[in-house]
Amino acid sequence: MTERKIVIPGEVIAEGEDYLPGEGTEKTDKGIVAMRFGLAEKSGKLVKVISLSGVYQPRRGNVVIGKVENITINGWFLDIGYSDNAFLSLNEIPRYVNKDGLDEVMDIGDMAIAKIWAINKRGVDLSLKSRGLGKIDEGIIVEINSNKVPRVIGKEGSMVNLIKDKTGCNITVGQNGVIWIKGDSIEKELLAKEAVMFVTEKSFISGLTEEITKWFEERKK
Amino acid sequence: METTNLTGNRIKQYLAEGKRFDGRGADEFRNIIIDAGIAKNADGSARVRIGKTEVLVGVKMDVGVPYPDSKDKGTMMVTTELLPLSSPRFESGPPKFPSIELARVIDRGIRESKFIEFDKLCIVEGEKVWTVFIDIYTINDDGNLMDAAGIGAIAALKNAKMPKYDEKEGKVLFGELTKNPLPLKKDITIPITIHKIGKNFLVDPTREEEDLSETRVTIGSNSKGIISSMQKAEIEPLTIKEFESVLELSEKVSKDIIKKVEGSFK
Repeated sequence: MTERKIVIPGEVIAEGEDYLPGEGTEKTDKGIVAMRFGLAEKSGKLVKVISLSGVYQPRRGNVVIGKVENITINGWFLDIGYSDNAFLSLNEIPRYVNKDGLDEVMDIGDMAIAKIWAINKRGVDLSLKSRGLGKIDEGIIVEINSNKVPRVIGKEGSMVNLIKDKTGCNITVGQNGVIWIKGDSIEKELLAKEAVMFVTEKSFISGLTEEITKWFEERKK
Repeated sequence: METTNLTGNRIKQYLAEGKRFDGRGADEFRNIIIDAGIAKNADGSARVRIGKTEVLVGVKMDVGVPYPDSKDKGTMMVTTELLPLSSPRFESGPPKFPSIELARVIDRGIRESKFIEFDKLCIVEGEKVWTVFIDIYTINDDGNLMDAAGIGAIAALKNAKMPKYDEKEGKVLFGELTKNPLPLKKDITIPITIHKIGKNFLVDPTREEEDLSETRVTIGSNSKGIISSMQKAEIEPLTIKEFESVLELSEKVSKDIIKKVEGSFK
């Protein structure tokens, strides 16, 4: 395992010409400087910062959950928790949509699961052309810090699958920190929500999977 | 992000069964923690926490000129600052509608209940009287700032001591306090805000629930059930029958809360 150190913006991580600046860092005269608060990691020649706080930074291919904020003549604008607008074009819907009835497909205030297929100067472009994407009909929405999403998902989805198993709920975690939970009863959904909140609160503990198993057993009593 | 329609529907469904997301009853408050005297430089101060909602209230006194229509009475001023620190929805800058409303409701609650004995705050009639400044700062907003601020204002006033006043110079000696408390009535009046969601009435909403609120009524009443102030907000109307249940609920809840607040004074 590589060495990790907590850094704050402006802190010099590495000096000299031996290293290359990676994500969350920038090269200045002083050396490689952190641009975000997080864990600095050196792997080989590359130096990067895994951020621990801050807003969501969209990446191509991310599955996100957004809220419809506005409807235009050829698509929808979604709020995905990023400074720029996320645009879902009519062409990226996998079925025929009447141009006069965009609000019948998704109205303002509706939630949708979408995939980011491009990021450019105009903003973020979304797509629904993939399996498991589309408008959400019912369930509850939980918001967490987007930096904690990897912990909620776990290694190869181990954490989210465990919560799914224990609660019997269907859970979709958007990379922007918005989580959709749907179960047979509201009680089950609330249990799943509590489990997710527990994971985000204890995200710094190692062996979190065992911890959450224990937590579920205590809750059963 | 505001409470989404999806979550909102679930909250309404659950409320129809008489349940809330955090397991409370419709007439139950979250845990209230009151810490009095936390600010060194204020004449009186209090921090109130209701669940995750947190409010700081400070009391400072100065000598000023009375209003011409009440020459022998002290004056009072309430200001509220909804700090951007407390919620992503608050912006810094000139006060907006919510903060003005909050300050005015608290102001009315204290003024109309005659909690502060203004006639005892007169120094020279028509010339010099004490002015009480009550400053409310929100530290975290998880719903129900109104009641938290109301409780905080009462606790801070109860905690306040009169500052020293140099009569020769006509100046207030800032930073020096006498041992005399502010002249206050025994009976405290606390605002309780009742929200209507669907067909249900509830108190102490969380942020999620407050977003769904269709109507809100703030009622300031004391332990005897005497109502001294009232504020109705949002556009939805209330029928006479509904309003009777609002009054009933507020009377029931306020007695409990007043007991809790009075318990913290000892």
